[in-house]
This record gives sequence, structure tokens and C-alpha cells, in this order.
Amino acid sequence: MTLLRHTHGGTITERQALTINPAKTCQPIGAMYAALGIHRCLPHSHGSQGCCSYHRSTLSRHYKEPVMAATSSFTEGSSVFGGQANLHQALQTAFTTYEPDVVAVHTTCLSETIGDDIPQIVQKATEEGLIPEGKYVIHANTPSYVGSACTGFANMTTAMVDYFSASASPDKVAGRINVIPGWVEPADMREIKRIVRLMGLEAIVFPDTSGVLDCPQTGKHELFPRGGVTVDQLRATGDSIGTIALGPVCSGPAAAQLTTRCRVPNTVLPLPIGLHATDAFIMALRKYNGGKVPREIADERGRLLDLITDMHQYFYGRTAALWGDPDQLASLSQFLMTIDILPKYVVTGTPGTKFLKRMGEVLGDRKSEAQVRQGPRADMFLMHQWIKNEPVDLLIGNTYGKYIARDENIPFVRHGFPLLDRVGHQYIPTVGYAGAIRLLEQILQVTLDKIDRESPEEQFELTL
Amino acid sequence: MINILQERERQVNCGTEPFRMDCDKHSAAGSVSQRACVFCGSRVVLYPVADALHLVHGPIGCAAYTWDIRGSLSSGPELHRMSFSTDLREMDVIFGGEKRLYGALTDLIGIYRPKAAFVYSTCIVGVIGDDVAAVCKRVGAEQQIPVLAVHSEGFKGTKKDGYQAACSALGELVGTGPTRDIGPRSLNVLGDFNIAGETWAIRRYYERMGLQVVATVTGDGRVDDIRRAHGAALNVVQCSGAMTHLARAMKDKYGIPFLRVSYFGIEDMSKALYDVADHFRDAAMMERARIMVREEVTRILPEIRRLRSGLEGKRAAVYTGGAFKAFSLVRSLRTLGMKTVLAGTQTGNADDYQALRELCDDDTVLVDDTNPLELAKFIQERGVELLIGGVKERPVAYKLGVGFCDHNHERKTCLAGFEGMLNFAREVHATVTSPVWKLIRSSRRETTAAPLDQCGHDCGRCTLPMCCGAPVPPANAVI
Ligand code: SF4
Ligand code: SF4
Repeated sequence: MTLLRHTHGGTITERQALTINPAKTCQPIGAMYAALGIHRCLPHSHGSQGCCSYHRSTLSRHYKEPVMAATSSFTEGSSVFGGQANLHQALQTAFTTYEPDVVAVHTTCLSETIGDDIPQIVQKATEEGLIPEGKYVIHANTPSYVGSACTGFANMTTAMVDYFSASASPDKVAGRINVIPGWVEPADMREIKRIVRLMGLEAIVFPDTSGVLDCPQTGKHELFPRGGVTVDQLRATGDSIGTIALGPVCSGPAAAQLTTRCRVPNTVLPLPIGLHATDAFIMALRKYNGGKVPREIADERGRLLDLITDMHQYFYGRTAALWGDPDQLASLSQFLMTIDILPKYVVTGTPGTKFLKRMGEVLGDRKSEAQVRQGPRADMFLMHQWIKNEPVDLLIGNTYGKYIARDENIPFVRHGFPLLDRVGHQYIPTVGYAGAIRLLEQILQVTLDKIDRESPEEQFELTL
Repeated sequence: MINILQERERQVNCGTEPFRMDCDKHSAAGSVSQRACVFCGSRVVLYPVADALHLVHGPIGCAAYTWDIRGSLSSGPELHRMSFSTDLREMDVIFGGEKRLYGALTDLIGIYRPKAAFVYSTCIVGVIGDDVAAVCKRVGAEQQIPVLAVHSEGFKGTKKDGYQAACSALGELVGTGPTRDIGPRSLNVLGDFNIAGETWAIRRYYERMGLQVVATVTGDGRVDDIRRAHGAALNVVQCSGAMTHLARAMKDKYGIPFLRVSYFGIEDMSKALYDVADHFRDAAMMERARIMVREEVTRILPEIRRLRSGLEGKRAAVYTGGAFKAFSLVRSLRTLGMKTVLAGTQTGNADDYQALRELCDDDTVLVDDTNPLELAKFIQERGVELLIGGVKERPVAYKLGVGFCDHNHERKTCLAGFEGMLNFAREVHATVTSPVWKLIRSSRRETTAAPLDQCGHDCGRCTLPMCCGAPVPPANAVI
């Protein structure tokens, strides 16, 4: 029996009040992930135990790393009287037991619904001396019945600006910029830092999970690994000459906030996935480094182009289905269009206003050949129905695509969050020119494997 | 250097002094607990009912994280592996989600025609006050199938309360099906979830003994079987927590006796089969059980002996959900020549810990609802070479350079029964004897576990300031 035979093709009935096999998840996990990108930060889930446990498990499964986060452990009492007592006890426990520099509180559906006022609770905690000298508590509101995990990531990143960014002097520091990398993997954040360095610039990257969720094996369990942006760095973001925000949904709000607070001008770009989006990132960096592009980067671009041209026949006329987060999807789709693969079906559960417009630009005159759906009921079930009615040649998305891949025998490249059943994403970036090479390699790998597996013996070929 | 969690002092024990484990409570606020919520408990218990519809009433997260997370296999329908959510939005939170729930249920039942539907309440539903039971009743009447409300609001207790809520929902199904063709030598298998096909193994054993298995609850479960489960002569319940509640309810209502068993390890597995045969007072059945056990054990023993030679004297830590599994694991590890130096559970009760105390060695540390820091600390102090636990424990073990065996939702091989014991031995052997640990030059490797008497701690038994053996150590002592 094939799995997911519960999905039928045929006419697609509009569902009113129902999500089947979601293409999104809830806000707090995004906030938790972002908070882990602060050095010595303990994320804290203000709600009951379950949410925190699920978020940690999911992050742990994705990164194969221990993920630390604490919870307010709500009970029936707290759901009636509010969670102040819980949060106070929790802060005390956190600072005496785990000694973080920062506790980053995010709310859950429960604490949002009962209406806990976190700043006020934290204010009280400060007055009562529960927060030691030189330690910080920051917070973000993350009700999951609004937005999605991306919203949570954006909110926590904005909280970093709200709580820390400061402008020490009217003069900005020449040659130093801020980069908000968006919801990408630790390896991607590392790669972004490398690119900025090669461009001769100094950057404060926040949040930065490299060195936190891709830790080297040392035989020790570090509660707070070496990586992450420090509080001092976060403060200094107010004095950088500019901010580059990668991904409008995940990074845009924090960049705008930094402009408002500290007059740091910002540029919001697509995530640098693929040729053109990386070009845009490099161009933005050139504005700050006097316009030069080092040989090393030019060569990386050249190698990517070389691979694209070498293999172009394998892309021609193909179609793909993609699902995940809007920032990722927009850049991935653009890259696919660049190499002549049509992103025929694109689905994100994350609601919003600009994504469909952006996808329209990306698809250009092929808009009518594609289906893009966003928000409620934009889920994996719908995508599967579309595919059943008219298949595609390639799937790109998180682990949950494996049912469709198996059921419909479609080559599948894992990308996004969560990836529960493969490794690689922690270590190998997909941003930048080098990252695009990696993506192409993955696409070709699954496509050619299928051809080899299925070609009749007389057509089974040794060489390309 | 870490300070201890003062609130947790009575949830750790490392001596033989009389004690009462202060378990069964919410995790201390602010601790990095490994525990989950009521909803989680209900969801894992009911999830394997493969021909039922499982609708999570709440915001998307609760459903997204429980989408096909447990490898509970089905021999037929696989409706349980889909993820259905009412995906509550802000407006629903303000105006209530009943309408949405009604719509979702009606849509889903229309599409899939399931045998029954379970509707899980999540935290937020408890707060906005939707009358889930009423909606279920209405839809049930309209659609002519059982639609059961599972009262699993996350904050209303611990995971164990979730088991209870699940059992209550199952209890509503039991007693509604025909029992005509059920004989006197019959039983229900309760509390096995068919992870990696374990229920199938168990069922085969019972059938070989000449028993009729009426319902497996819930591993490879079917609504119709559960509906007629009250026709069975006996309930055999695995694991202390999850299904005892249902067994009790069935005893009260239908007078069906129940036995508590465990299917892990040679000793416990054999005992389960003998206990059942004993219950039926049937000499022929007992004989069949004996022959089967002999056959099975003879088949696996040579290989187990071979594996044991590589494991003799190694130290293990066991951290499980329920307590019965912890008992079995301690015994199984003994079968493999290994020592359990740390044992803990998420949901054990005070009696369970008493029993665990008796079963374990004198110096075995017992912990209730532990956290990664504590675990890491004990693992290093006690020179642990194998950790048995679940998804959140695995990376901790690996970071410390310690072998790991998943005995939780994510196990991939059948670990129950005789064959399961062999698989378990193989898994343990594979991880403990792997050469990769040699690559990690951990300082821990040079200094083996500190002898007990070097602790400087005045309870006189162990090194641990968290030890709750009398006298109670100073609060917030620095380890
Ligand atoms: S919201 Fe409540 S029910 Fe849902 S995962 Fe969180 S604690 Fe559990
Ligand atoms: S959706 Fe809300 S309640 Fe459910 S897991 Fe996420 S935060 Fe918790």
C-alpha cells in the first residue's frame, strides 16, 4: 500500500476550515532558533511544557545537536492567574543554574491568549532583583495563530534590535556593516561571513547560529557553545554604516527597526540563493567597500556559470514543486527560472502580503503556467493534489515531501526546515555562488539517479 | 561548574536510604525539562489507531510537531499518518473555534469516511472555552460515526494525564461492537504501540499459545476491534503509565481482569507469557508457552552470549518515559552483563521508584524528570558508556562521546519479545563497541568515575549534592 493514498487527484474542493499536512509551523520555534544565535543565550518558552519540548525536539532532530531552552511550565493555575509567578521563578532558576548572559523569552498561544504582559513581568523581576547585574532578559511576542515560524524568527530578531542596538556616536564606523542573514542554516551564516570578509568588510551578523548548532565534537557537552552574536556586538549594530537584510519576511522588520532607532540605513534583499540573488548581495556589499570584487568571488561566480552552461540540457523544459518559507521559496524559484526549470507549484503556509507579488516578478511571462498559493489551506495536501493532476519533474522542500516523492516517484532535493531524515544541511551552505553549485549538484544528482535507475538496459549509459 | 536546581532535590536519589520520590509534578519552571504536555500524551497513545481520523483542534504548531512522528506501523489503513489541524487563527481565538471545528470535522469525515474520529483539545482551546464535546456529539450524530473529544489541553497536567484522557476516549468506544465470535481463551493487548512492528511480534506469541487476540490497543489498532474489546477474557497491559487506566475502567465496567506485563528482555517477556497461561489455568497452554519460550531462547542465546562478551561490565544509563520500561531495561542490561548506574523516568510514580530502587544496585542514581545538564553531569561522573533514551537525549550522549540506543518513539527495530532482545543486544553492541568513540579524546576517559567515598558529601553515600538521601545537602551547593 502506498503511503498518502489518502490524497486524491481530480477536482480540488475548497476546504473551509482545515489544514492537512501543513507547509508551515508555529512562531515560537522561529523565535527559539533566532535566540540560539545570540552568544550564551537561553531561549525561554513562556507557556506550558509541551510546546517547548516539541520545539526542542524538532530543532534537535534537524541539527542532531542538543538544544537548550527552558519553559515556564504553565499549570491550570497559571492559565487562570497568569504566568508571572512562573516566569519569575523561571528567571531565577535560569540565572542561578545555567548562568546565561541573555534569557530570550518568547510567548506561546497559551500565554498570549491569557494576555501575559512580558515587559511588565520582566520589569517586576528587575525590581525584585531577580536579574543579576550584567545579565539581560529580552522578549518577543509569538502567538502562533498569527503568522508562522518565520514571523517568530523576525520578531525575535527585531527584539535584539529593540533591546540592544544603540548609537554611541553620530559618526558611523566606516567599513562595518550589519548583516541579518535570515532563517538560514548555521553553514549559510558562516558562508555569509566568509563572503563579507572576502569583500574586505567587517560585519556584525545577527542572529548567528554558526558555532552553536553545528558544534565540533569535543567530547564535552557545552550548555553554551562558542558561537553566537554577543551582546556587545548587538549594541554596536547601531553604529554600523548600513544594514543588509537578507529575506524580507525574516530579516526585513529588524532592519527597519534599526533604521528607526539608530538611523542605520538598510537594504532589504532576497536571500542570496542562486546566481542573481547572490549577485544582488555582492552588489550591495560593493556599495560599502569602494566597489571592488575580489578575484576569489569572481571566480566562484565563474565556476557556477560554468556548471550551469555545462549541464543546461538537463534543466531544459523541466518543472518543479516547492514548499516552505517565503524568503527561501522566492530565491529558489528565481534560481530555477534562471536555469530554465519552471517552479510550477509553490506553496507556503506563511501568510503575508508581498510574496505573491514577488513570485509574479520571478515567474515573469510564465506566470500563467504556475500555481502559487499562500496562507491558510496552502498545505502539502493541496500540493499533492496538484501533482496528482499534473506531475512535476522535481521536488524541493523539507522532509515532509518524502511521502509525495515516494508516492509519485519524483526526484526530491531536501531543503528548508525541518530536515529530519538527512544530514548535510548543517555543514554545507546553499547561499552564495558556492552554495548554488551545491544546489545544482543536488538537483542533478537526484535527476540523473532516476534516469539511471529507470532506463532500459540498452539505454543505460556510462557517461553523461 | 553548575548550581543545582533546588526544587529538584527530591527528584534525585542515589542511595538505599528510605525515600519517597517527589515525582508526578510539573517540571520546575525555568528548567530545561525533557518532558512534554497532556496533549502529547494523548496523541502518542491514540495515534496508532490507523483507521480513525485524528484532528488536532488548535493552532498549527501542536499538529505540525506530531505529524507522523512515531513509527507505529499499520498492516492496513494509514490515515493516522496524515496531519489534520483546525489551524486556529486570531479571529478564532477571539470569537471561538467551534464553527471551524464543526466545518473541519464535517469536511474530513466527508472526504475520508473514517471509522471514528478523535478530536484533540490543545491549550488554547481550554482557554477560549470551546465546547468541543458538544461539537463532537453533534457531528457524531449527523455523520453516524463515533466522534470522540479528547480532553488534552496541554497545561492541565502532565503527559500522564494525557494518557488518561486518551483512555477515557477509548473507553467510550469499547462496548459498542459485537462480541459473538469471541471465545473464552481471548485477550486484548493493551499499551503496545507497534513501533517497528512490536505488536505483531507479541500477537504472534499469544496466537502460538492458542489465544485469540481481540484488540491490540492501540498498536496497529482498528476502531472495530476496540469497539468489541469488552468481549475478551483478559486485558494484558504493557507499561505502567499509558493504558492501566483503560484496563481499570474495563475491569470496573465489564469485570475483565488485567495483568501488567513487559515485553522487553528475556525474563520479562517469558514471564508475561507464563503469567497469561497461568491466568487461564490451562496446562496445555502453559506447555505451549514453555516450548515456545525454550525454542525462542535457544535460538537467540548463542548470539547474545557472543555479544555479551564485548559488553561485560560496561556502564549504562537509562532514561525512559514510563517506569515499567526502565525495569525491563535494567534487567535486559544485566542479561548483557552491563551495569545500570543511572535510571530515570519522565512519568514514574513514587511506587515505581521504590520498585526501581529495589531492582537496581545500591549505588545506582535515580532521577525523576531530569534535564540535559543533570544527565550530562551524571554520565560523566559515573563513567557511563551507554545512554538509553529518546530524541532529546541522543545528541547529549553523542556530544559526550557516549554510545546511545533509542528505546523511544524513534527506534527503528523491533525491541520487544525474544527477537527484540536480540535486536536490542545488537544495537547496544553496535554503539558501545563502535571505534568512533576512540576518536574523541575526552578528559573523562582518563579519569573513570569517581569512587563514592570521595564525594565530600555528608549523606555518606554519593558524590552528589542533589542526592536526596538524608541529611539534605545545602541548597544551591556548587557542583
Ligand atoms: S500548546 Fe499546549 S497542547 Fe499544544 S503543544 Fe503546547 S503545551 Fe501541548
Ligand atoms: S501552536 Fe502554539 S500551542 Fe501549539 S506548539 Fe505552537 S506555540 Fe505551542
